[in-house]
Amino acid sequence: MMSEIKTHVDEPSLELLRNGDKAEFAKLVDMYSGKIYRLVLRILGNQRDAEDVLQETFLNAYRSIARFEGRSSISTWLYRIATNEALMAIRKQKPQVSLDVEGENDRGDAINKPYHFADWCCLPENDLQSAEVKSQMRDAIQRLSPALQTVFILRDIEGFSVKKTAEILETNEGVVKTRLLRARLRLREDLSEYFGKNLGEVS
Amino acid sequence: MMIKHLNCHDLLSSLSDYIDGDLNADLCKELEQHLYECPNCRIVVDTLKKTVELYQHEEEDATLPDDVRMRLFYRLNLQNFLKHD
Ligand SMILES: [Zn+2]
Repeated sequence: MMSEIKTHVDEPSLELLRNGDKAEFAKLVDMYSGKIYRLVLRILGNQRDAEDVLQETFLNAYRSIARFEGRSSISTWLYRIATNEALMAIRKQKPQVSLDVEGENDRGDAINKPYHFADWCCLPENDLQSAEVKSQMRDAIQRLSPALQTVFILRDIEGFSVKKTAEILETNEGVVKTRLLRARLRLREDLSEYFGKNLGEVS
Repeated sequence: MMIKHLNCHDLLSSLSDYIDGDLNADLCKELEQHLYECPNCRIVVDTLKKTVELYQHEEEDATLPDDVRMRLFYRLNLQNFLKHD
């Protein structure tokens, strides 16, 4: 079977954008605002903050597009602005949360040992896809540190490559991989605890 | 040749690459040998895979709600470009 070919919508013209062309900027907004909104909503967990960050992202982009050199793609550049704005919003919400990587100061390779061993992987899809599970999953993401959360969302949920995730976060691929592993293990732990209780009740 | 024996802890750092299919063949073999002997690690691998899968399938619609879009265009002074599709 042939792999599916996506119809590719034209990227807005960087030249027009740099010259302050408003129609072209409106095109950029329509092309990316939905994706950016979804991303920051996932990071922030509430619509009000997500909308503020969405607006700040495009205001910031509009102000700085003239200085954008095009070394990365427009989308990488926009996602970078959005993630930075979202992290700043988190700092405002909870000044006590440290933005540099929780755990990375206690040695980058210290990975939490698995603790829950409930074997829930082969539960029927209905049980795995319930509304309650989904809300558990959203809460679990919110419990991750911002550094782990952003990597996990960009890589595993938005589906960006390790390379692009590293470019967006202005870090290297090794850091992305380490954080990704820690994020995944922690989310596994949370889900295992949840399903462990449920499996317990059933038997 | 003997396969080197990994313990549960050694295995952890390779798990992400393993479930992404990015682990080199030798390590893969060692890891699978360990999984064969260690039920707990097998559970960790299976549930880790499933965790990632569940999150990946949780994709939502990426269209911006109309009211959010409208406020965004006004904030950016682009209201003249607010056309309806
Ligand atoms: Zn083991």
